[in-house]
Amino acid sequence: MANILIDNVSYSVDGSKNVLATSLSLGLNLPYFCWHPALHSVGACRQCAILKYKNAEDKKGKIVMACLEPITDQLRISIEAPEARQFRAGNIEALMTNHPHDCPVCDEGGECHLQDMTVMTGHNCRRYEFKKRTHGNQYLGPFVNHEMNRCIQCYRCVRFYKDYAGGKDLDVFSSHDEVYFGRQEEGALESEFSGNLVEVCPTGVFTDKTLKKHFTRKWDLTDAPSICHQCGVGCNIIASERYGSIRRILTRYNGDVNGYFLCDRGRFGYEYVNSPGRISAPARKQNASSWILSAEEAIADIKKILGASNKKRGIGSPRASLESNFLLRRLVGPDHFYAGIPRAEGKLLRRIVALLKNGKVKTPSLGEVKDYDAVFIIGEDVTNTAPMLALNLRQTARKGPVELVKAMHIPEWNDAAVKDIVQGTTGPFYIATPHTTALDEIATRTYRAHPDDIARIAYTVAQHIQTPLPVADAHPTENPSSSAEAGRTASPRSDIETMTKSIADALLTAKKPLIVSGTSLYSQPILDCAAGIASALKDKGKDPGLVFIVPEANSIGLAMLSDQFLEDAFEKAGPDDTEEEPAEPDEATLIILENDLYERTYKTQADLFLSRHKNIVVLDSLENPTTRQATHLLPAATFTEADGTIINNEGRAQRFYQVYIPDNGVRSSWKWLQGLLADQSPIATRHFDGILECLVLEFPELAAIATLAPAAGFREGTQKIPREPHRYSGRTAMHANVNVNEPQPSGDADSALSFTMEGYAGIPPPALTPFYWSPGWNSVQAINKYQIEVGGPLHGGNPGKRLFEPVAAQLSVIPSAESSPAASPQAIPPSFTPVPGQWLVLPLYHIFGSDPLSAQSPAIKERMPQPYIALNDTNAAGAGILEGHFVEVLLNGQKQRLPVKLNAGLPPGTAGLPKGLPATTGLPFPFSITINSALHD
Amino acid sequence: MTTENILTTAEISAIREIYRHFPQKSAACIEGLKIIQRQRRWVSDEAIRGLAEILEMSPAAIDSVATYYSLIFRRPVGRNVILLCNSVSCWIMGCDQIAACVKKQLAVDYGETTTDDRYTLLTIPCLGTCDHAPAMIINEDLHRDLTAENIGPILQQYQ
Amino acid sequence: MEQPLTRHIKKDGSWLTLKEYEAVGGYQGLKKALTLTPAEVTKTVTDAGLKGRGGAGFPTGSKWSTVPMGPDAPAIKYFIANADEMEPGSFKDRLLLEGNPHQLIEGLLIGAWAIQARFSFIFLRWAYHQAAKAIAECIREAYEAGYLGAHIAGSDFHLDLSLHTSVGRYICGEETALLNALEGKRANPRSKPPYPTVHGLFGKPTIVNNVETLCNVPLILTGGADWFIKLSKTGEGGTKLYGASGRVKKPGLWELPLGTALREILEEHAGGMKDGYRFKGVLPGGGSTDFLTDEHLDTPMDYKSVSAAGSRLGTGTLIVLDDKTCPVGMVRNLEQFFARESCGWCTPCREGLPWTTKLLDSLEKGTGKMEDLDILTFQTHYMAPGNTFCALAPGAMEPLQSALKLFKADFDRHIHEHKCPWNNHG
Ligand SMILES: Cc1cc2nc3c(=O)[nH]c(=O)nc-3n(C[C@H](O)[C@H](O)[C@H](O)COP(=O)(O)O)c2cc1C
Ligand code: SF4
Ligand code: FES
Repeated sequence: MANILIDNVSYSVDGSKNVLATSLSLGLNLPYFCWHPALHSVGACRQCAILKYKNAEDKKGKIVMACLEPITDQLRISIEAPEARQFRAGNIEALMTNHPHDCPVCDEGGECHLQDMTVMTGHNCRRYEFKKRTHGNQYLGPFVNHEMNRCIQCYRCVRFYKDYAGGKDLDVFSSHDEVYFGRQEEGALESEFSGNLVEVCPTGVFTDKTLKKHFTRKWDLTDAPSICHQCGVGCNIIASERYGSIRRILTRYNGDVNGYFLCDRGRFGYEYVNSPGRISAPARKQNASSWILSAEEAIADIKKILGASNKKRGIGSPRASLESNFLLRRLVGPDHFYAGIPRAEGKLLRRIVALLKNGKVKTPSLGEVKDYDAVFIIGEDVTNTAPMLALNLRQTARKGPVELVKAMHIPEWNDAAVKDIVQGTTGPFYIATPHTTALDEIATRTYRAHPDDIARIAYTVAQHIQTPLPVADAHPTENPSSSAEAGRTASPRSDIETMTKSIADALLTAKKPLIVSGTSLYSQPILDCAAGIASALKDKGKDPGLVFIVPEANSIGLAMLSDQFLEDAFEKAGPDDTEEEPAEPDEATLIILENDLYERTYKTQADLFLSRHKNIVVLDSLENPTTRQATHLLPAATFTEADGTIINNEGRAQRFYQVYIPDNGVRSSWKWLQGLLADQSPIATRHFDGILECLVLEFPELAAIATLAPAAGFREGTQKIPREPHRYSGRTAMHANVNVNEPQPSGDADSALSFTMEGYAGIPPPALTPFYWSPGWNSVQAINKYQIEVGGPLHGGNPGKRLFEPVAAQLSVIPSAESSPAASPQAIPPSFTPVPGQWLVLPLYHIFGSDPLSAQSPAIKERMPQPYIALNDTNAAGAGILEGHFVEVLLNGQKQRLPVKLNAGLPPGTAGLPKGLPATTGLPFPFSITINSALHD
Repeated sequence: MTTENILTTAEISAIREIYRHFPQKSAACIEGLKIIQRQRRWVSDEAIRGLAEILEMSPAAIDSVATYYSLIFRRPVGRNVILLCNSVSCWIMGCDQIAACVKKQLAVDYGETTTDDRYTLLTIPCLGTCDHAPAMIINEDLHRDLTAENIGPILQQYQ
Repeated sequence: MEQPLTRHIKKDGSWLTLKEYEAVGGYQGLKKALTLTPAEVTKTVTDAGLKGRGGAGFPTGSKWSTVPMGPDAPAIKYFIANADEMEPGSFKDRLLLEGNPHQLIEGLLIGAWAIQARFSFIFLRWAYHQAAKAIAECIREAYEAGYLGAHIAGSDFHLDLSLHTSVGRYICGEETALLNALEGKRANPRSKPPYPTVHGLFGKPTIVNNVETLCNVPLILTGGADWFIKLSKTGEGGTKLYGASGRVKKPGLWELPLGTALREILEEHAGGMKDGYRFKGVLPGGGSTDFLTDEHLDTPMDYKSVSAAGSRLGTGTLIVLDDKTCPVGMVRNLEQFFARESCGWCTPCREGLPWTTKLLDSLEKGTGKMEDLDILTFQTHYMAPGNTFCALAPGAMEPLQSALKLFKADFDRHIHEHKCPWNNHG
């Protein structure tokens, strides 16, 4: 703590920050550009100038940059001194000499940090009368628009893109007043985090290209606090609407989750919501015909069928909310509710839940990941399976070196100095995956192996840590038959011994080692060994962390609601034998919730299962092979049109809110299911909070979900929280072509948010914050005003609740040599032995493409890979197959011709296929294929 | 395309020799650009990509450095590069008149190359020979005490 | 008058070979230093009062003494000679570099011993081709003779030295920018603190000294601190290379006692103004110093006195303004230089200097207005020391701020007459 004097007012402050961050935390307005709460200080823009006095006698003071000034006890500064004010206004004036007067046509207008800061300094009269310098703009791909003339050279873009996110293709060129920020040549920005430029850039150089297509000013948007549904990490977002379509996604700050940033899948993957292919009305389908129904008709119709059939079968979904899944479970009964995922995945998820629940190692939040100082990633291509985790792991990698710098009394916030000293070195960072990953470049050491061998490596590391060693020979044994083709991955045993030892040593040397693993290789031994390493570290007195990556937004929530999976449903529906004449469809009515079975299982299997049901009710938002076979189709809301709760990989339950009320037949799935439950259960008439009550009653371990946000009855004073900002315009004009009366705003009985601009004007509870806006702060930087201190928790605490905390006693995690019952540690698999002539196919994940919903967004589509097959290069060479050759493979019963890629680093005997592309959908990885030879043409 | 096609083996080994002496390969970036420019007079996009591969940097990172420095040429230059000092002492001593002479004789402006590719005319900050102003450098030769009269014969020396 | 720094430099333009240098006492300073502890060497240099000749005049011994020493200090430290000389009007280091590189190498060696550096560099501007040849040859000789490499002069001291020739840009001479350039990066200056003496090249302790500074070091070791102090007229220690350019009779460079009066340099050594030209003002130490005029001619050219007169000793090379040269045009030329050489990192310099340049240009073209002078004055405050990230822009403001005061009438004439009254420069 330090006592400081700002403009003769004394404050007692935390001494660990610089003067700028401290002043902002105190609620004082001090302009800045190059400083960013996550990127820290470099002192380039000179906008945060203040006067600093030597002592009480010093009346003159000296200009210093607040962002580079440490807090010291008895510090005396002035923000308001005329000299400081003049300097800051002069600095804006200098920036404005070249800044275009194009605010009215600039996408940033009205939420521009430069506008805010200009007004704040009081500069308003141009004295510069010469020509402005101009630049050309570049095409940067489908996500980000470039307008270089607006640049004020704060260097934040490259500092985020290169230094923070590890991007390679955006840089600063030239010098003096010609510095240019862009790519070396035109082309799509390659970083998975490029969209953050939109928020990081203080003005309109980098703007959201998807917003541009249907541009709306910030003040004309209806916003809601939401949770990203494009992967299992659960980033907090603001989703915004106008005229019935979603216009953009912005980061919703949550220091415990994604902080200030988002990945590009999350930011730009929303466009499918606006797809013209959206299912917008209930329908009954028979043979090739289909009848549009009203909601009432549809519900009556389906209820009649349900009443007539002797059985109901419900297929839940990891991308639907807890509430929707829960109501489906209610409707069909727990015995007939199946988590709509394959058993292999379901078992792993149940195992993760068990480990989260009964493990003694903490699973840190996404935000806390940055605090660890050594990393071991086991089997995950994190950049593609949990992108924002990868972004934070990049910061973790710097943690060790930065700690050393801090020990030299250089504050961590002095980014310029830290960078010069750290010189790009990274801390201990190990990766064991079957193929190359984007994080390899920061790794101390990478290891390429088959999933079984990865498990064995992890096991050996655990053994090294947990001395005395349980004797086991877990090294991948050299395989005589494959030694001839021992590529770079078949390391000799001694090499593996030293490597596992060095990983163990590094983890033991660290204070807070972090183990990252997940479901992507479908291997329970990997999960168990990861947990085993973590708990061994804990036993050694370390403060380890354990993070599991899961596939989808609500994978954990779904796994908590059911231990029955797709195969269980298939078995119940009839023998799995395609040769046999399909049994007479049984009388069961199948209800499928937001799920495409063809994504989850082989086409033949899905066909057979569906064919066994006469009546198939599907609730979904976009057409897919499953909806095409529905007899009854109900238009389900996407995350932007529904309220709900989902649980992320950390076990954090988070609430998302409906952004707007669609003017068509679309409703939340849980509302449809309520309709189907009408007259049967009192839950059918309840509002959202009432459903939560029932859910919690049945699943007491989910009790926290009822307290994630204030209830619908919550009021600030007497007011609801408006989804529209105070400057929302055109409410009476928007629909004037239809109706000149001002329509009655829709009510919202399910939440404390209102669909209007009227309501509470102050800072709402964090879980209910639909947008950031504060007097003088129109840009995203207004977030400073919502935080207790800049970069810290929100007023009222970061939203979301962790459901699990580590426990002292824990279930056994270290796998043993003999196999044991399911859900407990599985035996360590033997080392993988390639079968000559066969390729074991592993899934390759792609941030753009592997998630089928976001993949239907036009911008994401442009960045998706074309289908391909990756092969181990040594094996391929043996078979005479070269990079770029085509091979023919039988996938899902169809012959496919795929181009070959060889440089993925895959281990001998293995191949990889991109997961989730239309060409590879439904493939149950891993599986074996044969390839005859390359096709030459 | 691989590096071998873009840069000569001599260039590549010269660059490798440099980075051996540094804690990071990227520290050889400027030296690498110099080596390339010595061979080819200027640094093309292709050469940037080649260097990027050797130093394990991105082409953008290399170009960020290349475009920063005034004596790395990212556009083709003529066989002889004239660097005329236009800093203060030379200015006092009349470098503007010298520049006018040169421009007239060669029919080029600053930043331009003669159509026969013989000369490129550029400026350079103070050459540190102010007691013999005005001055210029052609290729690596320093010429001092320039006058409207002696400038012509000096230029003629360069083919 | 003693000229220990340049006495042995030959007039024919060739440099002293190792043999020649040793014959006149070369490398004796190093041998002396190696018999002393590093701390004793630093103390000797401190006692001699040697101040940095690169422009800022920071005491060299004090600088060295901030380098971490002892067993806990980083094993790798660097010592760098700043031979980037690009300050407009400065041409002093060139003589030492072309004439006697061994003297510089010896200075580097002594400095490296004092801070226990393992590697050293000479950072040379591209344009000094003759110097590059000389230095490369002398480094080769020094390695051969065992003055560089392992076990220098039979001791346990090891030092490697490489020559780095730069690829342009004045800012590379700023010591932290120089470090970035040596690391192969954009030469933007670095944040200070931390100072390079603790975290410099590749994050390791690093000393950067000017060429002239380092060339004085062997002399201090052999001659002793007292002798060195007495070399100067005013007690600041040593001789100084003073130069003069512009319309003087004998432009040139002279080694004179530190503190020699401005008048003596101008009138005796430079021979006074050329016939037909009258003295109007002078930048006493290169392009980024304030003008001095008639009234200052008796100022001793040492650090303290020139500061007291309202300017800086800087590099000690005078740029003389005559009555037939437009002061506004001269300042415009300087500001054009600084604007072009700005690194583009901080706002005042990147945006302010081009604006300044355009205003001066407009004055020269006769389209200036009285308000423009207010803006120019404002710029000099806006880019004052401390307001920018490094000293480039504040340096650029020195000639401008003094010209606005001393030659106000000339600025006004441009406005009232709607043209440059001299009109002798395009
Ligand atoms: C823009 C700028 C350019 C500089 N250029 C040079 C230079 O070319 N040579 C030099 O020795 N010092 C130069 N300096 C000064 C150096 O930063 C540094 O102070 C000096 O090299 C230290 O050496 P010294 O203490 O021996 O003088 C420059 C400073 C600035 C701000
Ligand atoms: S003052 Fe600023 S822009 Fe100018 S050279 Fe220094 S750091 Fe670069
Ligand atoms: S915010 Fe402090 S200098 Fe940019």
